[in-house]
Parts: sequence; structure tokens; C-alpha cells
Amino acid sequence: MSELTKLTIAQARDKMAKGEFTAVELTEAHIKAMEAKRDLGAYIVETPDLAREQAKASDLRRQAGQAGTLEGIPLGIKDLFCTKGVQTTAASRILEGFKPQYESTVSGKLLDAGSIMLGKLNLDEFAMGSSNMTSYYGKVTNPWKSKSDAAKQLVPGGSSGGSAAAVAARIAMGATGTDTGGSIRQPAAFCGITGIKPTYGRCSRWGIVAFASSLDQAGPMARDVRDCAIMLGAMAGHDPKDSTSAPMPVPNFEAALTGDIRGLKVGIPKEYRPDGLSDEIQKVWEQGIEWLKEAGATPVEISLPHTKYALPTYYIVAPAEASSNLARYDGVRFGLRVEGSSLDDMYKKTRAAGFGAEVRRRIMIGTYVLSAGYYDAYYSKAQKVRRLIADDFRRAFENVDVILTPTAPSAAFGMDENTDDPVTMWLNDVFTIPTSLAGLPGLSLPAGLNADGLPLGLQLIGRPFDEETVFKVAGVMESAAGFTATPEGV
Amino acid sequence: MIIQGDTGDWEIVIGLEVHAQVISNAKLFSGAATAFGAEPNDQVSFVDAGFPGMLPVINEKCVEQAVRTGLGLKAQINLTSVFARKNYFYADLPQGYQISQYDMPIVGEGTLLIDLPDGSTRAIGIERLHLEQDAGKSIHDMHPSKSYIDLNRSGVALMEIVSKPDMRSPEEAGAYLTKLRTILRYLGTCDGNMQEGSMRCDANVSVRPVGSTDLRTRCEIKNVNSIRFVQQAIEYEARRHIDVYENGGEIKQETRLFDSVKGETRSMRSKEHAHDYRYFPDPDLLPLVISQDLVDGIKATLPELPDEKKARFMAEYGLNAYDAGVMVAEKDSADFFEAVAKGRDGKTAANWVMGDFFATMNSDAKYTWTNPPVSAENLGKMIDLIKDGTISTRLAKDVFIFMVETGKDPATIVEEKGLKQVTDTGAIEKAIDEVFAANPDKVAEVKAGKDKLMGWFVGQVMKATQGKANPGMLNELIAKKFKE
Repeated sequence: MSELTKLTIAQARDKMAKGEFTAVELTEAHIKAMEAKRDLGAYIVETPDLAREQAKASDLRRQAGQAGTLEGIPLGIKDLFCTKGVQTTAASRILEGFKPQYESTVSGKLLDAGSIMLGKLNLDEFAMGSSNMTSYYGKVTNPWKSKSDAAKQLVPGGSSGGSAAAVAARIAMGATGTDTGGSIRQPAAFCGITGIKPTYGRCSRWGIVAFASSLDQAGPMARDVRDCAIMLGAMAGHDPKDSTSAPMPVPNFEAALTGDIRGLKVGIPKEYRPDGLSDEIQKVWEQGIEWLKEAGATPVEISLPHTKYALPTYYIVAPAEASSNLARYDGVRFGLRVEGSSLDDMYKKTRAAGFGAEVRRRIMIGTYVLSAGYYDAYYSKAQKVRRLIADDFRRAFENVDVILTPTAPSAAFGMDENTDDPVTMWLNDVFTIPTSLAGLPGLSLPAGLNADGLPLGLQLIGRPFDEETVFKVAGVMESAAGFTATPEGV
Repeated sequence: MIIQGDTGDWEIVIGLEVHAQVISNAKLFSGAATAFGAEPNDQVSFVDAGFPGMLPVINEKCVEQAVRTGLGLKAQINLTSVFARKNYFYADLPQGYQISQYDMPIVGEGTLLIDLPDGSTRAIGIERLHLEQDAGKSIHDMHPSKSYIDLNRSGVALMEIVSKPDMRSPEEAGAYLTKLRTILRYLGTCDGNMQEGSMRCDANVSVRPVGSTDLRTRCEIKNVNSIRFVQQAIEYEARRHIDVYENGGEIKQETRLFDSVKGETRSMRSKEHAHDYRYFPDPDLLPLVISQDLVDGIKATLPELPDEKKARFMAEYGLNAYDAGVMVAEKDSADFFEAVAKGRDGKTAANWVMGDFFATMNSDAKYTWTNPPVSAENLGKMIDLIKDGTISTRLAKDVFIFMVETGKDPATIVEEKGLKQVTDTGAIEKAIDEVFAANPDKVAEVKAGKDKLMGWFVGQVMKATQGKANPGMLNELIAKKFKE
């Protein structure tokens, strides 16, 4: 493995600025690494030729003194972002072969900042899942191995499983993710990397295949807090093409990493200690609290009383929106079409063949909760509960600056686990979903390893549009944790 | 209108839903153009075609047009309204849902005054007006087994204007549509062209025994493309309901189509499944919040609307209700009339505009309001020539024809054609003498008491003067001559 792929984005940026190597060299190193690690299944499509071209252009820009904030940095793009001329599938058969004629705002901004696209990263189909087992283009393997059972194949988490695995395996310096209920944070935790779902509205959703519009949010996944701050700076910003994107200036997130969190109050929600929470999660959480105390912050117990309703609320709101958002995949204009004897028959055959089981399940749930006679009992009530959950956070943030919780209830699990009962799988997002429903920024960073040598993540939650405090606290925790472990062979 | 059935008298209850295409350069949620008549699928953005990752962004112009229309209907403007998704699958609905407004429309209750043939008016309640996207067009007759889809219309802004069930006859429904179209055209928010489909009407019809106040089951007649057909469809449907009830049957609520060839309505082939549109607020769009300032600003630019204009024409120009109603039915005719009538006798102006002018205007399709047969300026000048005695009303009819033919100023025509009326007593008397001399027997008859022949003499003298004799003077002089 080349030394170049081990660098963080910030390190590579500084070294390229000094002329120690070129974007072409950095890109070549990553293309080789990608080839070597194809068995992970992290990429659906690799775009080495495009990457080489972009790297050459990047070096020319640098020579011309026009380097962007991510100049020459090779990144992977989750295959939920539409990329001009490059197949975009959302990991679904129904979009096989679909090449958009447009570039999503976020991936476009990353290109404008000078980055290189290595390829399109695997994910759960339509971003629905917590294991990356639902992709039509094959499962993704977590590069981490359990010490007690090295033969066991572990999931990278989901839905941004390809992104997390690629960053952990050093086959992308950073990657885009999207997070609807934990799809950036949970895989980041499972793969021992850092990822942030910014405030809803911080990044444009234009050009991202929609799952649940009121929850979907793009964010960066990278090896450390600083890299996430750099990437988010390039990804964020108001977009007039997305009515829900916030017309707010983008702060210099990297500058927020001052290392000084003295006097900050850190909320510890008592409802995040459900019965049966594993000791190892409990332990790493307490360790996190200690680190913050040592750095001069004050932990404060808080209550988020409606937490227990978050999961059922999410599994009404998200499928409802998905059932409508996915109606456009009908075989008429693009993607898969399975001919039928009538229009309705064509719809049925196309959608039955094009969507996998989890997507079909959620479309059916969503259709049901929006139906006449059920709307009030489900969708309408869920929206009310969602407001109560947001109010919980609003009240809590009157007293604290940031909230610390575990990211997921466990470390990465085996590919054969949690597959019998979808609800068990859904429980993976129990700590991340409330944040999504409230639209708040949430960051996961690796805080330690469990007994099997697998990474565990902690989540920091901030006030709306206060990613800076989240980054600042995360930076301090990262230093304290000194997490340097890498998967075997990296 | 009361329909006499076998069991008693019935009353028709009608409510109308009008889909009016908003005049705007771009679609409701995309920047694609909206002009009628483009090549199929030429005016389609990725948003309109429902491509992955595409998002709607509201077109402010369409919002302003909806507010403008609401103000024109004297309606409540809701500063906060919400767009919702109406979900259903169809090949010409690319997103799989139509973005519409459901429980929070941009415009609430209002009123529309309809003008009835006897010159009276009646107030019809407006229930609401909301904004929504149009669907594309399915074309089923171009191929034996395939349907073709044209998405040019997909995403075009519509205003759905829903009346209260306040109409009681097909004539009232016709008057409602006519008046609504007039108002929309005055406001410049919809061109009201039913043939091109930029204004479409669904009629909800039920009947009830006279005296009853209950609403019985209604049927919805879809997409009838002319005012006349709407009236026919309502009448047919009402009679059908009465027949069913009087034969002991029940009406079931359903959607029906009007067959204009057979003049009847028929049930739309019932779909396998009833539609459940699963309305919910569109999460891609924030609630639409507009300011009172915006509303006030639009209010300040509203033109004088037909009802106000009609009242003013009656007060200012002395027109009766019927004439004033005819004049204001189109803004162009009202403007034309006013240009002719300004500073002149309103009734004379109205007679000329509604008489010779409208007749000529309607005689040839080449005439339009931008290319009228006679300009308002020339018609006005011609009326001035009548008033100052230069020409008689009779001569004016000839002058009018020459104006149509040549476009020349009426004074010039009078000059060139020598149409100035003869008011010289001597000249007229001379002509009378000549006619008398040539027809001594007829003169004798008149003198013997056959007064009816007086008119014949007037005609002969007029003919002899090429119609130029002042008619008043001519009558007087002939009468005088006989008395001699």
C-alpha cells in the first residue's frame, strides 16, 4: 500500500501545496488501491479514466495558481448523487444504466473545489438500510475483522456503507454520504471513521436521488474531524434549486477546530441508556464524558422525553415520503422497463423486478400510512410527535451547547445477523434517528475499540446550523481518544 | 330553471370547477417555457419529466397571478398556503404525483356576479382557488397499440377555481363561465381559451325537488370544452337524474364524460380500483408564505373590473344594463367603446359600436381588436360629423362603409365623395318641385287624402339628392309643399 493513500485530506492538501507530489500521483495511488480492494465491493462503478483526466486538470490549475480548497483530492461519491455522464443507480436495479445529464449540486461543488472523483460508491438500495446488504450491485464488506472470528464477514453499516468502507480501507481520501436516519453516522461508527450529517438545509439536495425529502441530508465521511470540516465547507451552501436549502452563509468549519472547549456544557440524555445497552457501548460513552471533563467542559444530564417515539415516528414519516418519491420509477422514461399487457401491468412488472425487498416493504408501509382512513392515525400523528421530539432538543439546548451519545447500539455485526427481522435491523438507528427528525447536525467519530478489536463511535449533536461547536468538541475528543487503529492490511 | 317531472317539479344544483391555465412565461415549478403549440416534448425540463434528484422551485409569477385572480374574485387571500402531493400513477404524470394545494389553498372564499339576460345579476359563491401543476398529454390515436406522451404541458401552472353549488340552471352555469372568463382576461391571468384547453370545466350536477334544501348525490362531468357543451351536459345530466329518481332508482356518485356528438353524458369506464390520492404536504417545498405588502402591491395594479366598468358606463354614458353588459364583456370592446364615447353622447356611441361596428367586426375573421374595421378615432369623428349636421345618420351609414373600405378619415370621405348633406332649402325645394312635376297623379292622390304616399315622395327626393338631403328638413318641406 502506497504511503500516499494513508494521508488525511489536510495532509495531502498541504503536501501538494508544497509540491511534494502531484494530484496525478495521488490519484494513481488510489486507483491502484481501489483495484487491490475490489473484493470489498465498495464501488459500484470505478471511474479511473475520468479521475486521471481530472487529476491532470487539477495539477494544471495548481500550476496556474488556481487551487481550490480540495484541489487534487481523490474522493468517492455515494451512488445516490447524480453525476453527469456517469451511471447513477441508487444501488437499485430500476436505475441500472441510468446516466444523468446533470451533476448534483453537492458533487458539483466538490468538483469545483478541485477534487477528483474516483467512482460511485455502493449503498443500501435507495439508501434504505443499515447494513449495505440491500444493494442490487452486491454487498459491501467492512474492512475491519473481529479478533475473535477473523473469518466472519462484517457489514460496514448503511446506508452509506460503500463510502465508510472505502474511506476506512484507504481507497478514497473522503467520500460523500447521505443521512436520512443515521446513514452517515452509523456506517462511520462501524468502520472507524468520522462522518457528519449537517443541519437539514445546510447542503443542497438537488441532484441527490430522494429517499425521504424532509430528512435526507448530504454530508462528508472522512478519516478525521478536520477532513470532514474541510469537505463540508466545500459541500455546503444555499442552492436556489432546492427550496429547503437554507439561505445561510457557510462558516469556515476548519477554523472552528480551536481545541478549546472550556466552559462548554455537554448534555448527556438519560433516555439514551435503554435496557440492554451493551457494557462496551456504555463504557466508551463514559470514557467520552471523561475526556470532555478533562478538557474543561461540563457534562449535564438532560432529558429528551419523547426519544422512545422516535423510531416508530421515523418509520412512518420516511416510508410515507419514500412511497411518493419512488413513484417516478415507473418504467416510462428512464431505467428498467419490463413490458406488460397494459400500462398498469407494465408498472407492476417493472417495479416488482426493479425494487428489492426492503424498498418494496417501505413503499408498502408508506402507501398504507398515507391511505384514506389511516392518515390521521399514522402520518398526521407522526408529524405531531416529530414536533415534540424537536421541542425536546430545543429545550435541552437552552441549557447545553452540545449533546453526547453513542452512535449505534453495537459495533459492526455479521452479514448473517439481524436479517430475519427487519425491526431488529431498524433498531440500529435508535440513537441517530431523533437527531434526523429534529433536523440537527450529528457527527460520529471513532472513540475506541471493543474486545473484538472493532471500532465504536460516539455521536455529538449540535444546535441547528451550529456545526462549528460540534466540530470543535469533536476535535477535542479526537485528540483525547488518540484513535489510530486501522483495519488489517491498511 | 324548474324541470317538470312526472312526480313534481325539480330544481338543478350546479357547482363548477374551472381549471384555468396561468399566463406565465415559465411553469409552476420549473423554468421550462409554456407557449402553446410547440413541438411535442420541446418544453420539458428534467423537473417536468420527473428525473431522479430533481426538485421543484415555486415560480413567483404564478403565485402573483393566483393572488391577482383571487383579488379579482373579491376573495380571501391566504398569506400562508401549503402545496401537497396528490399521488397516482399515469404515464403522463412523470413524478407519480401532482403538486397541488389541498387543505390550505392560496385563495379562500369569494364572489362572482353573473349577468343574466334580463339585465339582472346574481351572486355566485367562490369556494376556493388553488394552484397546481398540469399533467402531460397522452395521445392514444397515433398508433394501434402504443400511446404517445407529450410532456410540454407537464408542470404548467393551473388555477383550480371552485364555485359553491349556487347555480340553478344551465344558463346560470354559462353566465358564470362567461363572466369568469371575462374577469380572467381583464386580469391577464388566463387567456380563457377553452378550445386550446387553457380553460377547462368540470361540472358537478345534482337535482332535488323544488322546496328541498338538501343536496342529493352529485355526478361530476369532466373536461367539457365549450360553454355551450357545459350547458348541454348539465341539462342532459339533470334530466337523467330526474328520470332515475322518478323510476325509483338511486344516483351513484361518479365521474361522467360528455359526448358532444350524441349530446349525452356517460359513465367513465370504472377503474379497477378507486383512487386514493394519499395527499400529504410536499416535503420538497416549504409552506408558501406571502406578505400583505405583496398582496397590497398587486391590488394597486388591478384594472377596473367588468362589474365596476359596467356600473360606470351606465352612470357616465347613460347606457342601460344590457348594453353596458355587452360593452364590458371584453376588455377590448369596453376600451373601444370608451374611446369612441369619450366626450360624446354615450347612447349614440353605443348604438354605432353595437350596430354597424360589431356587425362588420363579426363579418370577417380578419378583423380583430388590433385590426378593427374602423378605428375608434374615426368612428368618433364620424359621430361628431352627425352631431354638427355635416352628415345625416343615413349618410353616416355610407361614410361608415367607406371608412371600412378605405380606412380614411370620415371628413376626407365626406369631402371626396361629396356626401355632405344638403341643408340648403332652395336646393331641396328644387328637387321636390322636380319630383312633383314628374308625378302629378301621385301628388293628386296625396292631396285627395292618401297620406301613405308621403313616404314615397320623401324617398324619391332623397334619391334625387343622392341621399344628401337633410332628412328633417326634407320632411318638413314636403309637408309644407302639400299644404300649399
